[in-house]
Amino acid sequence: MKVASTKVNFDVESIRKDFPILSREVNGKPLVYFDNAATSQTPQQVIDAIVDYYSRYNANIHRGVHTLSQEATDAYEQARIKVQKHFNADKSHEIILTSGTTHAINLVASGFSSLLKENEEIIVSALEHHSNIVPWQMLCEKTGAKLKVIPMNDNGTLNMEEYEKLLSEKTKLVFVNHVSNALGTINPVEEIIRKAHNVGAAVLLDGAQAAPHIKANVQELDVDFYVVSAHKMCGPTGVGMLYGKEEWLKKLPPYQGGGEMIATVTFENTTYADLPHKFEAGTPDICGGIAFGAALDYMNAIGFENIATYEHELLEYATEKLLEIEGLRIYGTSAEKTAVISFNIGDIHPYDIGTIIDKLGIAVRTGHHCAQPVMDYYKIPGTVRASFSFYNTKEEIDKFIEAVKRAKTMLS
Amino acid sequence: MSNIKEIQDEIVDEFEMFDDWMQRYEHMIELGKSLPLIEEKYKTEDNLIKGCQSKVWVHANLEGDRLIFTADSDAIITKGIIAILIRAYSNQHPKDIIEADTTFIDEIGLKEHLSPTRANGLVSMIKQLKMYAVAYQTQLN
Repeated sequence: MKVASTKVNFDVESIRKDFPILSREVNGKPLVYFDNAATSQTPQQVIDAIVDYYSRYNANIHRGVHTLSQEATDAYEQARIKVQKHFNADKSHEIILTSGTTHAINLVASGFSSLLKENEEIIVSALEHHSNIVPWQMLCEKTGAKLKVIPMNDNGTLNMEEYEKLLSEKTKLVFVNHVSNALGTINPVEEIIRKAHNVGAAVLLDGAQAAPHIKANVQELDVDFYVVSAHKMCGPTGVGMLYGKEEWLKKLPPYQGGGEMIATVTFENTTYADLPHKFEAGTPDICGGIAFGAALDYMNAIGFENIATYEHELLEYATEKLLEIEGLRIYGTSAEKTAVISFNIGDIHPYDIGTIIDKLGIAVRTGHHCAQPVMDYYKIPGTVRASFSFYNTKEEIDKFIEAVKRAKTMLS
Repeated sequence: MSNIKEIQDEIVDEFEMFDDWMQRYEHMIELGKSLPLIEEKYKTEDNLIKGCQSKVWVHANLEGDRLIFTADSDAIITKGIIAILIRAYSNQHPKDIIEADTTFIDEIGLKEHLSPTRANGLVSMIKQLKMYAVAYQTQLN
């Protein structure tokens, strides 16, 4: 069944069949999964890749001369190339497979501790996830560098005038999320990167929330580092990517010591392996890496333009319906945003709404979304956050709206 | 005066009258309205229970040999949960509070709230009430 009202050639019903979890019930009701910004669901094609790996060619990689090891190595390195092509990195060794976004950020932060000097400056944005604040605070404590914050506007966008004022020759690094996890704001990253480069600063973009919706082109962006998690883009948990320009990855010291990351070891001296292995100590999540590749194949087959167009329709539909509810306020109203709606109703606690609508089979996120500075800005304890994916439908949004209305009646 | 077990049974009986979760939650919300409220001056960082998505403050003081609890929360459902606990445990001897079991929570259909990983912190709330009881019990000895 084609969805008549959508502008793209998009067979959502057939896509939904790829996701076994979408047919389960929660509390006796069909699951409506609107917590996609926390983690996305996994299509059968990715589940099959995981099962196939453990059923047919589970082996340690890069070392074994036997067939299984070579097959596993080939599949893992092919996955790296899929990631490289997806983000359009120049070289495959600029792709470091990590355990996720947080690991990737910490890897860069740790590397910069030997490059930063006292009183040099790092800029982060007020919209950041805690994982993109804490590592830099730790880095500043260690190096004596200073942390500066780009303030936000009421509509959840960044104050770009203030950003420009913060930039100086002291600025060494700028760290901003491509898309805000709490509000869905798409930040003007091209401008942020260009202006940072004008003063000679490097830029790391946290792409965790952007990657499920936007196909970032790291060369076109000219970004120095880009990080994502596979589990937000139909892949498994425990895997992610650090893209770094070759020149930067060569400059950064290794993050962890261990197997895989060495060239030669004696008790007097160790030489490190070349990129990317210098940053991939120990046995990686081989299966996870391969499944990450399968997830990218899956999403690319649907097409990111189709995904973006369809999700935007869901966003507009849900926004319009939600705003019909009296006393409902949406936080983050930038014209440029992904399919995320953060809201509260009057002074009802978001936890109460989340608890009631869970009983009706609806999964949303409630709380501060690991972005307490954003909540502090609005002087609220948290929000209810509904985040949509390409496998969601308008019918599900209708159920969600009904559930929210019911919760409101119960809680008012 | 009823003991903890009697009050717990009474609460279980009350909840048994309801057919579905909605009525149970509505009743819990009602119970939240009768919560003996904590005085504003006790709404301190120290009296906040950790491990909740919503804020829950609990204060305890000894009157004679009985422990009196007051509390508040910024979320209505959490307020209902703490109200149920306080109804059972307040105005009781610390020793009885320490020894009281908590299976009645399961029986009133709030089992899902008992999981230690749930963000509402029911387990932390029970732990906190019992901690107060332990602290005051040593005063009585």
